[in-house]
Amino acid sequence: MKTENQKAWFFVLPVLLLVAFNALVPIMTVVNYSVQETFGNNVFFWQGLDWFEQILRSDRFQAALGRQFLFTFLILIIEIPLGIIIALSMPKKGMWVPVCLVLMALPMLIPWNVVGAMWNIFTLPKIGLLGYFLNDVLGVSYDMTQNPFAAWVTIIVMDVWHWTSLVVLLSYAGLVSIPDAYYQAAKIDGASPWKVFRYIQLPKMKTVLTIAILLRFMDSFNIYTEPFVLTGGGPGNSTTLLSIDLVKIALGQFDLGPAAAMSLIYFAITLLVSWLFYTLMTKDDAQ
Amino acid sequence: MAKITLSNLRHSYMPNPTGPADYALKEIDLDWQDGGAYALLGPSGCGKSTLLNIISGLLTPSEGRILFDDRDVTDLPPDQRNIAQVFQFPVIYDTMTVRNNLAFPLRNRGVDEGRIARRVAEIAKMLEVEEMLDIRASHLSPDNKQKISMGRGLVRDDVNVVMFDEPLTVIDPHLKWKLRSKLKELHQRVRATMIYVTHDQTEALTFADQVVVMQDGEIVQIGTPVELFERPQHTFVGHFIGSPGMNVLPAEESGGAVSFQGNRITLEGAVTGQGGTTQVGIRPEFVSLAHSGLPARVSKVSDVGRHAVVEAVVGDTPVKAIVEGELPEQGAEVHLAFRPDHTRLYRDGWLSTENEGSART
Ligand SMILES: Nc1ncnc2c1ncn2[C@@H]1O[C@H](COP(=O)(O)OP(=O)(O)O)[C@@H](O)[C@H]1O
Ligand SMILES: [Mg+2]
Repeated sequence: MKTENQKAWFFVLPVLLLVAFNALVPIMTVVNYSVQETFGNNVFFWQGLDWFEQILRSDRFQAALGRQFLFTFLILIIEIPLGIIIALSMPKKGMWVPVCLVLMALPMLIPWNVVGAMWNIFTLPKIGLLGYFLNDVLGVSYDMTQNPFAAWVTIIVMDVWHWTSLVVLLSYAGLVSIPDAYYQAAKIDGASPWKVFRYIQLPKMKTVLTIAILLRFMDSFNIYTEPFVLTGGGPGNSTTLLSIDLVKIALGQFDLGPAAAMSLIYFAITLLVSWLFYTLMTKDDAQ
Repeated sequence: MAKITLSNLRHSYMPNPTGPADYALKEIDLDWQDGGAYALLGPSGCGKSTLLNIISGLLTPSEGRILFDDRDVTDLPPDQRNIAQVFQFPVIYDTMTVRNNLAFPLRNRGVDEGRIARRVAEIAKMLEVEEMLDIRASHLSPDNKQKISMGRGLVRDDVNVVMFDEPLTVIDPHLKWKLRSKLKELHQRVRATMIYVTHDQTEALTFADQVVVMQDGEIVQIGTPVELFERPQHTFVGHFIGSPGMNVLPAEESGGAVSFQGNRITLEGAVTGQGGTTQVGIRPEFVSLAHSGLPARVSKVSDVGRHAVVEAVVGDTPVKAIVEGELPEQGAEVHLAFRPDHTRLYRDGWLSTENEGSART
C-alpha cells in the first residue's frame, strides 16, 4: 500500500512563494503591458493581441531573430565540439589537473561587461593588441566598427573564448567519472580510439552535454552585455541581436507595449527550443 | 591456444622502487599449461590483478618476460595478444543492445557476420540471456550486466587464455554458484586456458584443477585443491585454505626432536634444514580428543552443523580440533592426539619435513 500524504505541499510552499515573487509577478506585469497601450500617467487602453501581431510581422524583429539564431547556432557548433576536444586532451590525473582546471575557469569568472570592454580594447586597430597585429603585422584589414563580417567574427570569437570552458568543465566531469575498467575492457575488446569515444566516452558525457547545450543555448540566445559593450549592435544593425533590439525598443523608444509583447515572444521561443533540445537529447533514455 | 610462461617477473607501481616492499609482484616464475583451469587465490592486495593485467598486456612489467608458447609478447598491447579478460565490475557499452555488446570483440576483429551471429547465439544460450538480446544493455540489472561482460570474454573461441578477475563479486550467491559451474562446464567443453582470480577459497577450489596461491606479491604454492589441503607448502596456505585453517603452533627443535609446549611431537617424516623459527602445522581435521596425549583444557566449543570445532588450550596455545559425535564441556580437561602423517614442521613459514611414502593419504 502506498501512503498518500498531502504534507509534502507545505515543504514546497516556500519555493512556490519565492518563484511567485521573482518570476510570476514580473512576467504577469509584462503580460499586462503587452496587451495595453499607455501614454503615461497610468492611463491604459486595451490593445488585445495587436502588439504581438505587429512585432511578429515586422521586418526588424524577423531580422533580429534571424541574427540571434545564427549567432546561437554558430557558437554552439563551435563551442560544443571544441569543448569536448579540449576536455578529452586534458590530463586525467597528476599535478597538471588543478592547473588546467583553474586556467579553464578563469574566463568564466570575468564579469560580462568587462569581457566586452576587454575585447573592445583588444581589437581596436592601432591600439589593441589583436587589432594592431592583424592590421599592421599580418596586413589583414580588420576593423569591427566598420566591417560587419569582422564584427561577427569578433563577437563569436569572444563568446567562444568566454564560454567554451563551461563545456570543457562539464565534459571533463563526465570523462573523469568513467572507471578505468571501461578503458581496459575496450583495449581487451580491440576497440579503436574512435569506438572508445563513440561507445564509452560520448555516452558517459551525454547527461552533462545535455546540460551544457541547454545552458549555452539559453545563455547565448539571451546574450546582451558583451555584444552591447563590444559593438553596440553595429556596424549598422549587423550585430543587433534580439536582446539588444528589445532594449532599444523598451528603453530607447520607450515603447513599453511592443517591448513587452516582444519579451513574451522571445521567452516563448527560448522555452520552446530548450524543450525541443531536451526532448530530443533524452529521447533514447526512455525505453 | 598456447602455453603461457612468466619468467623472472617483477612489477612495481613506483618509478624507482628500492626495497622488496615497493614491489607489487616480487619474483614470479610460472608456467600456465595450455588448456588448464587455474585459480589465482590470495587475499586482497596481494597482486592478483596486477599479475592478470601483466598477462593481458594492460600493464608492462618492470622486469621479466612473458612468453606465449615461445613467442615473447612482453611488449605487445592487449589486442595483439589474443586474450580475453573479464573485470570485477561489469563493463557494458550502454548505448548498444545486448547482442551488439556480445558481438563487439568479434566485430572489432573483422569476423564475418554469419560467424558472429552463431557465436553470439551460442554464448547467449549458455548464459541464459537469449530473451534479452535485443534490449539496450543499460537497462539490465547488475547481475545481467556482469553476465554480458563475461559473455564478451567468452565469445571469441581463438583466444590463448580467458582471465576472470573476481567476476562474481556483484552476483547473487545462488547465481554465483550456477555461473561458476557453467564456467567449469564451458572449460571442459572448449578446453581453453582459463585463469580465475578470487580471494574466496571455495570459488577457487570448485573451479580449478590447479590453484595458484599468492601472498604479498609472491606465489607460495601451486597445486590441486587436494594438495593444497593435505600438504600446504607454507603456513599461509594452511591458514588461508580450510575452515577453520590449519593450527600453526610454536615448536622447539632440539637434536632432531620437536616438541610443543614440552610435549614431544611425532612428525610425518624426517626434518629438513635447520635454524630459523619453527612451527608445527596440523589441520583441525587431524586433531582428535583421546584418552592420552597432549593435556589441554577446552576453551570454546562451536557447533557448525555436521561437526563441531573444539578449541582447547595446551599450555598457553589454543589448538582447534574438528570433532564429530560427543562433545566435551567448556572447561573440561581433555587430551589431544595429532595424526602423525598429517603433522608437519614449518621453518620460517615453509614446509620443512619430508613426506615418507606410506604416510601419504
Ligand atoms: N594503479 C596502481 N597504482 C599504484 N599501486 C597499485 C595500483 N594497483 C594496485 N596497486 C597496489 O599493488 C598491490 C597489488 O594490488 P592488486 O594487484 O590490485 O591486488 P589484488 O588484485 O590481489 O587485490 C596493492 O598493494 C595495491 O595497493
Ligand atoms: Mg584485484
